[in-house]
Amino acid sequence: MKNEIRLEMDALPENEGLARVAVAAFITPPNPTVEEICDVKTAVSEAVTNAVIHAYEGKGGRIVVRCSLEEGLLHMEIEDFGRGIADIPKAMEPLFTTRPELERSGMGFAFMEAFMDSLEVESEPGKGTRVIMEKKLGAASREDGEE
Amino acid sequence: MEEEYRIIDRYLMIRLPEEIDHRSCQEISRRADRMLLSSEVKDVVFDFSRTVFMDSSGVGVLAGRYRRVSCFGGRVYVANASRRIRKILKLSGLMKYLEFMEREENDEKRDQA
Ligand SMILES: Nc1ncnc2c1ncn2[C@@H]1O[C@H](COP(=O)(O)OP(=O)(O)OP(=O)(O)O)[C@@H](O)[C@H]1O
Ligand SMILES: [Mg+2]
Repeated sequence: MKNEIRLEMDALPENEGLARVAVAAFITPPNPTVEEICDVKTAVSEAVTNAVIHAYEGKGGRIVVRCSLEEGLLHMEIEDFGRGIADIPKAMEPLFTTRPELERSGMGFAFMEAFMDSLEVESEPGKGTRVIMEKKLGAASREDGEE
Repeated sequence: MEEEYRIIDRYLMIRLPEEIDHRSCQEISRRADRMLLSSEVKDVVFDFSRTVFMDSSGVGVLAGRYRRVSCFGGRVYVANASRRIRKILKLSGLMKYLEFMEREENDEKRDQA
């Protein structure tokens, strides 16, 4: 059976931890490994933090986190309605950051890519950004026979 | 739980919080830099023994402190980092700038937890 949640929140640093905890709780049914939970928490944290810092430049706005689970496949979308990204491939390069003065290191998208099975970014300057990620969890990921 | 900052010998020891994220990282950098400015110390030890979560915000903290102390010949040490934390540091390309202080037994215990 499919299960879906939608979490809408203000783009505030204190909500980043909340988003991590909510998604970690949501993914428990397929029995993910500790490592898979860490992977998903890191990916959520990166996408939500990016919305807080880059999309709204710390000035606030709304963030929507949508998750669905079906047969151990997590589908997750993190959407903001902020400034958007003009050059998506450039933004996704490891170590590329537009905010070095805030000690950002340009590793957010690289971590999302490393820790999830797939990552897609849709964005329009002035309109907003949607980050779409998927990952197989628990038995579903082991069935793939990666080992 | 609060993080802790102490000067022991010629090291600034920073016991990091449970979660190193956008929310906690600014305070860590600010307090570390204040102590580095007000003392003779140039080596920093980041103690991850309590840390269970770190995202790219933590990479910025470590890289930023490295940049600060390395021009005076200072070093950045990492202590008690779990396998997870080491994986994050590795992916971010920071390994070659950091010195590791590890106690293997501790490590394994925590990685299993
Ligand atoms: N939601 C967003 N809205 C607008 N711009 C974004 C968004 N997410 C990312 N970006 C842009 O993409 C760049 C790269 O993002 P990424 O998360 O990889 O690195 P960072 O956030 O700059 O640094 P780090 O994540 O390591 O702290 C950002 O510097 C920013 O310019
Ligand atoms: Mg980022």
